Amino acid sequence: MTSLAQSPSAKSASVRAPGAAARLMAHRDWLGFWFMLPAALILISLLVYPLGLGVWLSFTNATIGDPGKFVGLDNYSWILGDATFLHSIVFTLAYTLIASSIKFALGLYLALLLNKRLPFKALVRSIILIPFVVPTVLSAIAFWWIFDAQFSIISWSLIKLGLISHNIDFLGDPMLARACVIFANIWRGVPFVAITLLAGLQTVSPSLYEAATIDGATPWQNFRFITYPLLTPIIAVVMTFSVLFTFTDFQLIWVMTRGGPVNSTHLMTTLSYQRAIIGGSLGEGAAISTSMIPFLLAAILFSWFGLQRRKWQQGGQA
Amino acid sequence: MSVPIQRADASEGMSYLDTLPRRAVTVFLPLALIMIVLLFPFYWMVLTAIKPDSQLLDMNHYNPFFVVGPTLAHIDDLLFKSQYPRWLWNTFYVAFSATALSMFASVLAAYAIVRLRFRGANWVGGAIFLAYLVPPSILFIPLASVVVRFGLFNSPLALILTYPTFLIPFSTWLLMGYFKTIPFELEECALMDGASRWQILTGVILPLAVPGLISAGIFSLTLCWNEFVYALTFISSDNNKTAPVALVNAFVDGDVYHWGTLMAGALCGSLPLVILYSFFVEYYVSAMTGAVKE
Repeated sequence: MTSLAQSPSAKSASVRAPGAAARLMAHRDWLGFWFMLPAALILISLLVYPLGLGVWLSFTNATIGDPGKFVGLDNYSWILGDATFLHSIVFTLAYTLIASSIKFALGLYLALLLNKRLPFKALVRSIILIPFVVPTVLSAIAFWWIFDAQFSIISWSLIKLGLISHNIDFLGDPMLARACVIFANIWRGVPFVAITLLAGLQTVSPSLYEAATIDGATPWQNFRFITYPLLTPIIAVVMTFSVLFTFTDFQLIWVMTRGGPVNSTHLMTTLSYQRAIIGGSLGEGAAISTSMIPFLLAAILFSWFGLQRRKWQQGGQA
Repeated sequence: MSVPIQRADASEGMSYLDTLPRRAVTVFLPLALIMIVLLFPFYWMVLTAIKPDSQLLDMNHYNPFFVVGPTLAHIDDLLFKSQYPRWLWNTFYVAFSATALSMFASVLAAYAIVRLRFRGANWVGGAIFLAYLVPPSILFIPLASVVVRFGLFNSPLALILTYPTFLIPFSTWLLMGYFKTIPFELEECALMDGASRWQILTGVILPLAVPGLISAGIFSLTLCWNEFVYALTFISSDNNKTAPVALVNAFVDGDVYHWGTLMAGALCGSLPLVILYSFFVEYYVSAMTGAVKE
C-alpha cells in the first residue's frame, strides 16, 4: 500500500484504491460518460426537455398540432381570472392537506399496531399493502361502484339500519363527492405510510422502552420522547412523498368524478388535462401545470431539510 | 432481572406484560376494523364479478352482501366477447419492455455513479434524485407534443419510451444503495486480475446485487401497470390501449353500466400484480422502503 501510494495519481483516488484503479483514472470520466449515456439520453430528452418545454408552452397559444406563438403572460392572466382554476387550487390544497394528515395519523397508528406482538405478523403486513399494489384506476372503479347513486352498498346498509330514507347521491353532490375522493385517496395511501413507518419502527430497540418504563415513563411519554424523535427523519421523507403524490394525483379523480359535479372536484392536474388534451388548448393547460411547480418545490425543500437532519443525527456533516 | 438478557433486543420487547383481553381491545379490534375497510373494496369487486345481473339490480329480494348461484357470465363476456385480453396483453407488453429498458439504463448509471466516481458523479446522483421527484402529471402536456412530433402518437412505443422517465430515477436510486454495500475489495481483486469494467459489472457486481435487481424490477413493473396519465393521453385507438385506461370507458352503454363486467375487468387487471406481489413481498417492501430511506 505504501509503495503504491507514492505515485502522484494515487493521491486523488481514495485511500483504498490501489494502483490498478489509479491506472484507470485516465479513462474513468470517459467510462462514466458511456455508462451514463442511455439513462441520460432518456431523461434529458423525455424529462428535462419536456419540463422546459412545458414552461415555454405556458407562454404560447399552442394547440395540439400547432406550435403557437409567444403570447407573454396571457395564459396566466386568463387562468387567474378563471373561477374554476382558482377553485381547483383551493381544492388541491385542501385535498392534499386533509388526505395527507389523515394518512399520516392512521398510517402511524397502524404502524404502531403492526409493531406489536401479533400472530401471523408477516401475513397481516402483506395483506395490508394490497390496496397500494392494486392499480389505482382499478380500485377507483370499485369505489365508483361502491359510491353509485342507485346501487350503493353504503346507502343500502344505512337504509336497512334505518338511519336514512333515500339513497345518497355520493358523487352527485359537490361536498359529498369531495369527501368521497378524499376517502378513496386515504384508503389507498395509508398502507404505504404504515409499512414505511413500520420499517422505521423496527429499527428502534425495545430496550429503550424497557429502560424508560423502569424509570416510570407512561406509554404516551414512551411514544413522545422515544418513538417520535427516532422516527422524525423517516416521517419527514415519507410525508414529503405522500404530499407529492397526493398533490399530483390524477387517476382517482379522473375515474370517480372527472372533476365533476360542476367542477367541484377538479384538481390542478385534472383541470390541466381537461383544458389541454380535451379542450386542445395546450398553452392554457401548460400554464396550469406550471403553476404547480412552486408548490412542488416547497415540498422538495421540505424533504431536503428532512434529509439534512437525518445526516446530522447520524453524525455526518450537516 | 427476571428477563433473560438476550430477550432485551428481541422484537417482543415488553409486550408480554399486556394481558390477552387488553390486547384484544387495543390491538386486535382496531387492526381487524382497519383490515376490513382496506379489503372491503376487493370483496365487493369479486362479489360483483360473479353475481348474476338480476341480483345486482334487485337489492330488495337478495341481501347484496352475498351471492346466490354465482355466475361466470361476466368473466365470459370480458375474456371472450370483448377486447380485454388484447388490453391486458398491451399492458403486459408495455410494462415488460419499459422495465427492461429502464433496468438496463439504471444498472449502468447506478454503477457509474457509485463505483466509477467520474468527475461530477455526486452532482449527477443528486440530479437523479430530483428527477425522481418530477411527477408525470405535470409532464404529460409537453410530452404529448414531443410524442406527436416524434410520430409516436398512438403507438405502444410512446409508452415504452416515456415510462422509463419515472422508472430510471427510481431504480437508479435504489440500485445505488445496493451497489454501495458491495465491498470495494472484490472489485479491486478483479481489476488486478485484468478484468475490464464491463466484466466486473456483469461478473462480480450484478450477481451480488440480484436482490436489488429483483426489488427494482418488481416495483418498476407495478409502477408501469399502474400508470394512467401517459397511457390516457398518448394512446387513442382502442386496440393499443392498456387495461386500466380501456376499462374506464368500456362496458358503459349510454346510461347503462355493466357493473359485473367492469368489476370482473378490475379484478382480472389486478390479479397478475397481486400474484406477482405475493411471491415477492419482501423484495417489494424493501424497494418501497429503500426508495424512501435515501
